[in-house]
Order: sequence, then C-alpha cells, then structure tokens
Amino acid sequence: MSGLIVDDISMTFELPAGGSVEALKNVSIDIKEGELISVLGPSGCGKTTLLNILAGFLAPTGGKINLNEHEVTGPSSERGMVFQQGALFEWMNVSKNIGFGPKMKGTPQVEIDARVNELLGIVGLQDFGQKMIYELSGGMQQRVALARCLANDPDVVLMDEPLGALDALTREKMQSLVLDIWKKTGKTIILITHSVEEALLLGERLIVMAPRPGRIHKEYRLPFAEIGVGADLREVKQHEDFGKTRDEILNMIWDMEEEIMGRTETA
Amino acid sequence: MAQELFDALITTFWMILGISVIFAIFLAISGLVYFIWNFINSKQNQLRGYASLKTVTFGDESSVSANRVASVAGVITVFLIWGIATGSTLLPFSLPKPFTGVAQFEYSAVNADGETGKGQVAVKVFEFGSDDSRAPNAPADGAVGIVANDTVALPERRRKIVRVQSNDEGGKEKGYKVTEINGQAIAPGGIVPFDGGEVAMLSSGSLQVRPEEGLTMEALYLPPPEQVWKRFLQLNAEGYQGVGLWENVMWSLIRVVLGFFLGCLFGIPLGFAMGLNSWLRGWFDPIVEFMRPVPPLALIPLVIIWFGIGEQGKISLLFLAALWIMIIGARAGVSGVSISKVHAAYSLGATKRQLLSKVILPNSLPEIFTAARVAMGVCWGTVVAAELVAAEKGAGKMIIAASKFQLTDIVLIGIIIIGVIGFGIDVLMRMAENKLVPWKGRG
Repeated sequence: MSGLIVDDISMTFELPAGGSVEALKNVSIDIKEGELISVLGPSGCGKTTLLNILAGFLAPTGGKINLNEHEVTGPSSERGMVFQQGALFEWMNVSKNIGFGPKMKGTPQVEIDARVNELLGIVGLQDFGQKMIYELSGGMQQRVALARCLANDPDVVLMDEPLGALDALTREKMQSLVLDIWKKTGKTIILITHSVEEALLLGERLIVMAPRPGRIHKEYRLPFAEIGVGADLREVKQHEDFGKTRDEILNMIWDMEEEIMGRTETA
Repeated sequence: MAQELFDALITTFWMILGISVIFAIFLAISGLVYFIWNFINSKQNQLRGYASLKTVTFGDESSVSANRVASVAGVITVFLIWGIATGSTLLPFSLPKPFTGVAQFEYSAVNADGETGKGQVAVKVFEFGSDDSRAPNAPADGAVGIVANDTVALPERRRKIVRVQSNDEGGKEKGYKVTEINGQAIAPGGIVPFDGGEVAMLSSGSLQVRPEEGLTMEALYLPPPEQVWKRFLQLNAEGYQGVGLWENVMWSLIRVVLGFFLGCLFGIPLGFAMGLNSWLRGWFDPIVEFMRPVPPLALIPLVIIWFGIGEQGKISLLFLAALWIMIIGARAGVSGVSISKVHAAYSLGATKRQLLSKVILPNSLPEIFTAARVAMGVCWGTVVAAELVAAEKGAGKMIIAASKFQLTDIVLIGIIIIGVIGFGIDVLMRMAENKLVPWKGRG
C-alpha cells in the first residue's frame, strides 16, 4: 500500500538536568498519497519533532514510519523539506539552488536546466534564475525553497512553518501558491503552522496536537483547500463554516494553553 | 625607582601635551577646511537630493561612510605640517629656521699689561652635512692694538668656543680678558647678541658662539619631505648597502606569502577537522587556545635558536603566526553552518562528501576570508619585526641598518613603504573577498 504511515510514534528523551520529556506519545496517522495535511498546535506540542522524525533527522524511541512500504531510517530525497528560513545556499544563484538535488544525484545538466526552468515558471520566478539569494525578498526566497524541494520530485513534501517569517500579504500569495502546487503536482504535503487560518486553508485534513505529552488531540476533514485552489482565499475565509471552525480550534488551543499555565503554576 | 618612574611620567606628560597642541592645530585646520569646502559646495550644488531634505543629520547614517575629501585634505595637511616643522624648501613659509651663513662680531680685549685692542671675528655657520665646512678667511682689516682678527666655522644648531686670545698679544698670559662684544661690556656669564645669534662668555672667560637655533626640527629627528623624497629616488636607483629597495621589500613579501600559504595549507584542514569532529576539537583545543594568545614576536628567540637567522626560521615563524588564526577561522566557519542548511542538503539527497564540498566548505568561506585578512596583517607585522632582529635582506632589515647610521630618512621611507604595503594587502584581500564571497554578511 502506498502512502505514508505514521505508526504509533513515541519520542521520549532525557534532559541533561535529570527527568525526561515525552515529546510525542503514541502518534499514529495514516496519510494517503496526494493528501494535503496541516498540523496545528500550541508551542511545545511536538509538531516540529514529528516533522523531524518524518524527515528522518530524528529517530523515534517507539513506533515506526513507513513510506511506500519501506521504513524511514534517515533523511532521503524522497521526503523533501521546506524550512522556515535560512536554509538556502547563499553562494549559489537561484537556478543552482533549485537544481541542487538533481545535481547531487548526477542528473545530466540538460535535464536539470529543463527542470529548473519549469519550476521557475511554477513558482513565478521566471526572470530570477541568475539572481543571487541575497538579492531576493523573503517571499521570493521561500518560492526558491519550494522549487528546490520540488526539483527532486519527492513523494512527500514536509513544510516546517514555511510562511511563518513572511508579512501578511506575501503570506496570502504564498498560500495560494502552495495550493496551486499541491493541485498541479499531486504531492503529499504535510505542513506545520502556528496560524489557525493557514491550517484551515492549507489542509484537507487538519490535525490539532496537544502538548505534554505531545499527542493528536483532534482531527478535522475540511473542504477549504479544495475550494481554495485557484480561488480568492479572502473569499474562502468568508465561508460560513470557516469562521465557525476557526473559533472552535482557537478555543481548543486557548484551553490547552491555559491548562499548561495552570499546571506550571500548581507545580 | 619611584623617582625614575615619576620623572618618566612627567616627561611623557609634557610630550603628550606638546603632541596635543599639534593635534589641536591639526583639528583646527580640519574645521577650517570643512567650512571652506561646505562654502564652495553650497554655491555649486543647488540640486536638492533626498539627503538634503533630511532634518536629522546628527547621529544618523551620514557618518557611516568616510568623507573622501576630508581624507585627502587630512593627508595633505599632515604633509604640510611635516614641511612646516622641518623647514621644507618646498613651502614658501615655515617655522624660523636656524641661522646659516657668515656673520661678524667685534670684540675688545685688554691684556695683563693694560694694553687694549679691538678686532673682528668672522663666523660661518654651515648646513649639517655640508661639504663646505672650512673656516672663512679672517677679516682683512679692522684690527686695532693687541687684537688680531679671528675666524670660526661651525655646523648649524651647534655651539663652539672661539679662541680669540690665541693670536692676540699677551693673550696666553694671565690677566688677558675680553671686555666688550659689539661695544657692549661683557663679563663671565654674560651674553651679547650679534647678527647670527649670540656670543656668550663662559665662566672661564672663553667666548662661545651660539648661532640662532630656530624652531624647525633637526633632520636627524625628522628630515624634511624633499630630503626623504631625494633619498627615496637614490634608494630606488642604488639601493642601500648593496641591496635594492624593492629587493628588500620583495624579500619581506615573499616570506609573508610563503608563511601565510603554509599556514593556510595546514591550518584550514585542521580547523575543518576540529569543526567537524568533537573528539578532534577537544584533542587540539588546548594547544590552539594556548598558542593563539602567544604573540608571534615572543617566538622569535626560540625560532632563532632552532633554525638560525636564515629563511627557514622566518618562514616557520610566519607559518606559526598564520596557523592558529587560520585554524580558528576555519573551525568557526564550519561550526557556523546552520543546521537547517545541513538538513536541507541531506533531504535533497546529498551524501556526506557532497555536503562537505558543496555546503560546508562554501558556507565557511566568509569566515576563512576574515581569518585570512587578519593572518595577513599579523604576518606582515611579524616579518618586519623578525627582520629587525636578524636578517640579511628585507624591509625591516633596511630600516634597522639605516637607524644604526642615523639615516632617519631611510628609516622613514621604510616605515612608509611598510605601511603602504600593509594597507595594500588589506585592500587586495577585501577586493578578493567581495569577488569570491559576495554573500558575506548578507545571508
């Protein structure tokens, strides 16, 4: 069976000062090919840990990850990652950054060039191939990061708050771009975010996580991503259910935060 | 001990105070030129750019870049002050110069027998180092009574006793004495002025000629610019002590380049190893951290004991000067790679080797360049100092040899060339940096 299966993942590690932290406890998600999943939760709920485990940067202390029926044991080009910022290679121009993955695999330069050109078109940077990274704005840099990740044609795209450092307007445009790419390429995308609105817009499935121990609190199936493809996202936000779900989730996270605060106070 | 220190403190204090006066003059000229420049500018620049509309001009970014007009004017002013203080012939004005040339004074004397006489003394003051140091002929006439005319020659800024009595009647007997100079009575301890300075009577009764000393600096301490320039042309053509000027400079440069190259060759890989492996980092850390603060100059005696004063010793010293800096630079560059870049490279399918060559190496280049600039500066300073101690050729050797013969102009030329080359090296390194690591500081 193809797809990404997160099977009962637990992550416990010991603190240098003594004691231990349960970053994740019995997390299981069954992700089908081509799904767009957003993961939301208050800070400390283990969502970044989960993503790092999916990417293969961390080994879980319990459970396992299966991608297309083989176990994930380390980083690999089948799982591409888009970071919040600062992960581009400043010493290369835009085209070389995007072509980095295929180049590492020894793909012929002609093929790389064709692929890079195609991706430059997809992310809307046609004329910026020869620019250096430091000449681009933050939003453009994230477009490059997206394109670089896609150049490898990964099975799964992992996004760790990729739009977190952008201003509100750029962020909105980038959200449309992510939806476009999802529809055009049919990739499985797992996106982590702080923003409830973003999670609603960019998730067919929305997973809300809770902290201490990090676990899945609730899961939604949402229509907004499908509606949002090619549409004005501001109109999607006017949708009746959108506001309702947003308020519900906000209250949920608010409660979690309060619970944590209360616990620390009594402790 | 305490007295000695106190005296040194007081002397230094007065010296600094003196320098402060010169500095104040320098600053005053700066202010003057600033106003003149602004005045000219305000007449010419009627264009109103964005900058001219700013109301906040103090504490803003306007002083981030240096005003190059001020730089040029400042350098010219330094040369002007140098010329004025040394009485340069290039300038129409200067501080009062010391007296040179021929002057005369008249003296009257009486001998033991009570006979009197009156005569002339011709005084010639010649320039220091001049070929013409012969005494002039004594004035032909004007001698009356027991006195015969005299002559004396002496270099500028010096004093000389004139034995006027030697050719006078009864001059060698007790009771002979000079009574008047230029018609003015004189006694031991007295001083009488004449055209070229003063004549003093010492307590023994001898006359001492003291020509006007002026206020300009003696060439021994600070030669005027034209003398330095003349010496530069001479050095350029003939060299010094059989070694050409540029040959000396080239030797210093070659040593620096070789030492620096070896320092990079071994320092960068070692720094990389330390940055990539915590065991190796721990293993070498005490050595590196111990050797880093040791000034390379402190190693000179040891290097001379080990290798003698030949080239090997100097290159080894420069190697040691560059090594620690390059190790630390390379180590910092490697450690500075952000984890997200490493993660990104791995998840894009890079192997360890590819990560090293395509990500970690280029990512560390800015740090390595910074270290290389520092190392080049340190090496250049060290080579000059090492040559001062012992060398056959080199810029440092040239100035230490010249200083032994009090050839201040050669010393100055050496210092200026050393400064210019040190500056040139830094400019070149910065240009290379802009060319090779344009992303530096803009990540």
